[in-house]
Amino acid sequence: MLQIKNLHASVEDKEILKGINLEVKAGEVHAIMGPNGAGKSTLSSVIAGNENFEVTEGEIILEGEDLADLAPEERAHKGIFLSFQYPVEIPGVSVTNFMKTAINESRKANGLEDMPANEMLKLIKEKAELLEIDRKFLSRSLNEGFSGGEKKRNEIFQMAMLNPKIAILDETDSGLDIDALRIVSNGVNKLKNENNAVVVITHYQRLLDYIVPDFVHVLHDGKIVKTGGKELALELEEKGYDWLK
Amino acid sequence: MSKYTEEELKKELETKEYEYGFYTELESETFPVGLNEDIVRAISQKKNEPEWMTEWRLDAYRIWQEMTEPNWANVTYEKPDFQAISYYSAPKDVDPNKTLDDVDPELLAMYKKLGISIEEQKRMNNIAMDIVVDSVSVATTFKETLNEKGIIFCSISEAIKEHPELVKKYIGSVVPKTDNYYAALNSAVFSDGSFCYIPKGVRCPMELSTYFRINQAGTGQFERTLLIADEGSYVSYLEGCTAPSRDENQLHAAVVELIAMNDAEIKYSTVQNWFPGDKEGKGGVFNFVTKRALAEKNAKVSWTQVETGSAVTWKYPSCILKGDNSVGEFYSIAVTNNYQQADTGTKMIHLGKNTKSTIISKGISAGKSQNSYRGLVQIGSRAENARNFSQCDSLLMGNECGAHTFPYIESKNSTAKLEHEATTSKIGEDQIFYCNQRGIPTETAIALIVNGFSREVLDKLPMEFAVEAKKLLEISLEGSVG
Repeated sequence: MLQIKNLHASVEDKEILKGINLEVKAGEVHAIMGPNGAGKSTLSSVIAGNENFEVTEGEIILEGEDLADLAPEERAHKGIFLSFQYPVEIPGVSVTNFMKTAINESRKANGLEDMPANEMLKLIKEKAELLEIDRKFLSRSLNEGFSGGEKKRNEIFQMAMLNPKIAILDETDSGLDIDALRIVSNGVNKLKNENNAVVVITHYQRLLDYIVPDFVHVLHDGKIVKTGGKELALELEEKGYDWLK
Repeated sequence: MSKYTEEELKKELETKEYEYGFYTELESETFPVGLNEDIVRAISQKKNEPEWMTEWRLDAYRIWQEMTEPNWANVTYEKPDFQAISYYSAPKDVDPNKTLDDVDPELLAMYKKLGISIEEQKRMNNIAMDIVVDSVSVATTFKETLNEKGIIFCSISEAIKEHPELVKKYIGSVVPKTDNYYAALNSAVFSDGSFCYIPKGVRCPMELSTYFRINQAGTGQFERTLLIADEGSYVSYLEGCTAPSRDENQLHAAVVELIAMNDAEIKYSTVQNWFPGDKEGKGGVFNFVTKRALAEKNAKVSWTQVETGSAVTWKYPSCILKGDNSVGEFYSIAVTNNYQQADTGTKMIHLGKNTKSTIISKGISAGKSQNSYRGLVQIGSRAENARNFSQCDSLLMGNECGAHTFPYIESKNSTAKLEHEATTSKIGEDQIFYCNQRGIPTETAIALIVNGFSREVLDKLPMEFAVEAKKLLEISLEGSVG
């Protein structure tokens, strides 16, 4: 589904990603772990098409299509979703309005009419229940005054609404208490099926108790230095990263 | 790749051209340029005005001559040459009995281009419109419905002839001839405008609406609006305008006077989209407007404005809260782009007891523009328990524009309660990227963020007007992306 080949990327002439190779197949969960500054968040930004990073070499291929020439919104229309580590606030724009705009823009790009209002309401209700979100929450301004947990839950709610092919969860566990972690993880697990895939970026093994990965990759200094099964995460938890350098 | 950076956002904004910059060929009769007593007399004569009106104008002209242009506003521009302006221009062959069907098809086409088809407005929105094109009203609708309620809604020229007792009593009563330079000039040469009278206890059944438009090269336009809401009455008035692209600066100096008698309520909404000048700052309308309302006992006046146009704007819709328990509100969105300059705000003058005012101002600056909020909250010595809440928010796009806030507070009564809040924010690359990642293109993302920022004010506009206002905000800020 997603293939990353020899990906090099830099910001302000400083190379951060130094030849990443990764293949994610439909139905799989991949975890990317690694110390601070290894390039984990850069990788997610580059896949999403953030133009602050320059891809100097390599390819990102989604279902056979090279994404290099696609703008971030076009990548989103093709099914790439990024759950942000630090979701931004947009005052005066309700969660519902934001989602309505996002869904209809994607539909427009795919040659579909706007989603009828009743269908939209039904979808919102269904997904809000899935993530145990109070409906009142949806009329609040996007992320404005949200707690850390609310922000992350809102990210996963958006993922549920947009139904992406590849969801990249960037440090989704940071700022979550144990209950929120459970709700968010349950949401992700319910959304996962054999036609989509999840890439979890995390510091800690904790999240992987809930979202169980098929593969764990260790990112260090812009390269994947080790790949293993879910047991690798436990090993990392115990030994730290130094032994891999 | 449609890469987005703030740099590019700025470029996009700069390349945006004025969408409504077309010019419609209408035959018109224009006076020679320049201003003197003869011209003032000629204007009055042209309009078959009674002697008292001619004298009133001449008096204003003499006052104006003694005055100098104000320069305290936070704007810089080349002062207009008042002797190089033609002070009267009217489309030819105006027939006051004309119905909408008789209106110049070219004019109707012009409104269609703006998306303000008159027929549609009439049919769908139940709006009576008094259209001012180049100074003279060319069509008035819904008159009969209004007549049944005793509501007078006509051009000010007609009102001078048909209802002289009302005009004589109220014109200049809220904005005196001596008030300021532009008000004096307007009093001397006002070409036309709207007049409205709502009788005691009558609730005006429809939104009254006027569309203004400057349509003749080098023509100054000087509207005069007088709106009187008698005791216990209610009226909602909409004013909207767009102007075609012109090379020379066009002067627009309107005066709007509102009188809300005991227990009356006036809601006055404006969408303003005069030509702002091109991306180099060339051309564009100078908009020097005096708008003021007088609120008697228990009366309420709301000003709501969406300002997107003009090269230079100088405008402070104000409320004199004279009566006890009267309420004044000011909700404003001011957008500036390229080289536009806006110095706008309000004055809330609390004279009566228990008077209340609310000010919500949203300034959006882009390009190399300067956007200033200037407001005065004045509490008189007899205004026991007066209250004011002010909120001024600024949104910046790019690094070359400016947002300024000049709030003035003068309180002579210790029981007054005043609150002021202000915020400044910037549309960030991270906000745009976030929207992009959710599949929302940059153009739509900006519209979404700007609409969100302006929400509290947009919500105050009547439904049909809010749609148009949103459209204008988008046009003003997005331009043609891609």
